[in-house]
Amino acid sequence: MSAPALERRPAGRSIPLLELVRVALEATAANGARSLLTTLGVVIGVASVVVLVSLGDGVRSFLGEQFAGLGADLIVVQPGHTETSGFGPPLENVQRPLTIADSKVLAQRVPSVVGFSADLVGGGTVSYLNRSRDVMVAGVGERFWEVRGMRVEIGHPFSADDEAARRRYAILGHTVVHELFADENPLGKTIQISGAPFLVVGVTAPKGRMLGFDLDDLAFVPVTATEDLFNRDFVTEILAKARSHEDVGTAVAQITDVLERRHAGHQDFTVHTQQDLMGTFNRIADTMASVVLAIASISLVVGGIGIMNIMLVSVNERTREIGVRRAVGARRSDILAQFLIESVVVSLIGGIIGLLLGTAVVLVAGLVLPSLPARLSLWIVLLAFGFSAAVGVLSGVLPARRAASLDPVDALRYE
Amino acid sequence: MSAVATVIECRALSRRFRMGEGDVWALRNVDLSVESGEYLALIGPSGSGKSTLMNLLGCLDRPTEGRYLLDGAAVERLDDAELADVRNRKIGFVFQTFNLMARQTALENVALPLVYAGLSRAERRRRAGEALRRVGLEHRVDHRPDQLSGGQRQRVAVARALVTRPALILADEPTGNLDQATGREVLGLFDELHREGATIVLVTHDPKIAQHARRRIELVDGSVRADVRQPEASP
Ligand SMILES: Nc1ncnc2c1ncn2[C@@H]1O[C@H](COP(=O)(O)OP(=O)(O)OP(=O)(O)O)[C@@H](O)[C@H]1O
Ligand SMILES: [Mg+2]
Repeated sequence: MSAPALERRPAGRSIPLLELVRVALEATAANGARSLLTTLGVVIGVASVVVLVSLGDGVRSFLGEQFAGLGADLIVVQPGHTETSGFGPPLENVQRPLTIADSKVLAQRVPSVVGFSADLVGGGTVSYLNRSRDVMVAGVGERFWEVRGMRVEIGHPFSADDEAARRRYAILGHTVVHELFADENPLGKTIQISGAPFLVVGVTAPKGRMLGFDLDDLAFVPVTATEDLFNRDFVTEILAKARSHEDVGTAVAQITDVLERRHAGHQDFTVHTQQDLMGTFNRIADTMASVVLAIASISLVVGGIGIMNIMLVSVNERTREIGVRRAVGARRSDILAQFLIESVVVSLIGGIIGLLLGTAVVLVAGLVLPSLPARLSLWIVLLAFGFSAAVGVLSGVLPARRAASLDPVDALRYE
Repeated sequence: MSAVATVIECRALSRRFRMGEGDVWALRNVDLSVESGEYLALIGPSGSGKSTLMNLLGCLDRPTEGRYLLDGAAVERLDDAELADVRNRKIGFVFQTFNLMARQTALENVALPLVYAGLSRAERRRRAGEALRRVGLEHRVDHRPDQLSGGQRQRVAVARALVTRPALILADEPTGNLDQATGREVLGLFDELHREGATIVLVTHDPKIAQHARRRIELVDGSVRADVRQPEASP
């Protein structure tokens, strides 16, 4: 028997992490079903975080793209006051509608915009020969294309003269053209819109969907023609486009000022900007994020308590093992580390299962509902690992301290 | 021949347990010296303090009063981590109930003290393999305890006690859970270790087992009643 005597392990130096993880995995595997059930809370917590965050992320970027498509400088004026000012006498309940005349005055007095377009939108049936289709009929002003960032691909836009003469001209979206004319050239053809004859003078460039709405399933006509068609003398909204991004604020102020004067000092209309809309949707997204966080926190707390409970049981069951380890040279800190690591390992296993489950749900949802804007990202993975590691540490502290504080003699005597 | 080293040096060692009312003195003023290479049996009736003394000698417990020098170093004032290190390097325990890790192989069980000594995996495996060979279990290296007989389990436990080359081997009723034949086998192993120079303290209440040791200490009521040396080996 001749080997060098053992050196004392330096104080404060722990045994290798790998060894601790190996022991933790062994213990976890030995209690297979029980360990798995224990992690259920963490599994559900992490899975729901993954699903909801993926969805939220997707929705956010989807909306971001959609709003970017609107153009950052778009200004929308709608009738009615949607935000109360908080004080002052209650508004008289006379709500003056917006009219084409309003947009003409605005066009003269507001220099900070490229142009205005008074639009009157309603539903209608478009038919050609024996085919027909229910679509949105958009009566638009002369400057609409420029303001809204759309293009007439074939034919030409309406002129000021078309609008003044209330001509029954129509510019059709791609979907409408395809449905009514198939391969036939629509230009110069006469269609019926809700029973009235209209001459097709153009086709718009494809624009795709926007917030779930098909921009190519529209029939555009001069706004004056919709007034006649729907028998109205007011419009749905007035669109404007600021000259530049910096001009948006000025434009809003000028529009408000001009309209208020025309409306006898009442602000019975609302001016939205694209930024307002973005802000609203961001607030909604933030609220959703806090709800997600709340749900996740609850299930992670529940999961953490579950792990703590099972770890306390485990410490109890393995009292003898702890005694033996102490007898052969484990320090309190070694026992503490062992059970802390075991708790983290159990929790991380739950986290990994949750991550896989959540990912599967997101992928399956993406297959079943392709329009669902869910997307996975790396930071969700990191978040899942971070959360479950934190839960493991927090729920492991008490059991690990209990294990470490056991007296070796008592632990060895434990039945 | 050089002076023989003293492994155990106890002076007026006492251990009191605080009970609800009144204290229990499990050990009272025990003086004991054990030299390197001695094979000592600790005997006495149940409740006489044998296990209490073993726990003190094994640095699992601290005396209420008195001094204890292990391998020349005072241990009664060491803190918990230092005591763990002393157990790790200087003491090998053999328990009545084997106390092996059920999920680990014989080799891993034997290597356990070396984990806490901070040895590399390769070195642990090498030394554990050597210790298993020493107890004649080189062909059971990868068996788990439930794949071993009782006698083999206790031999694994002996290998675990040997693997750190401790100054002192402490065995509390090591044959208590074994039948006579396997018990003799394990005792034979202790005899061999003794011949090779190991210092062994063995607790038993069986006089026949105590015959294996050259020196017998009898405890009664927490005090040393007799300290008998016999010159020649038994059967
Ligand atoms: N933790 C403890 N708390 C209180 N009393 C204790 C404790 N440990 C031991 N004792 C008491 O100390 C005395 C000696 O106990 P010990 O276990 O040392 O006896 P023993 O000689 O090993 O007996 P046995 O042969 O039955 O194992 C007994 O009276 C016992 O009740
Ligand atoms: Mg005893």
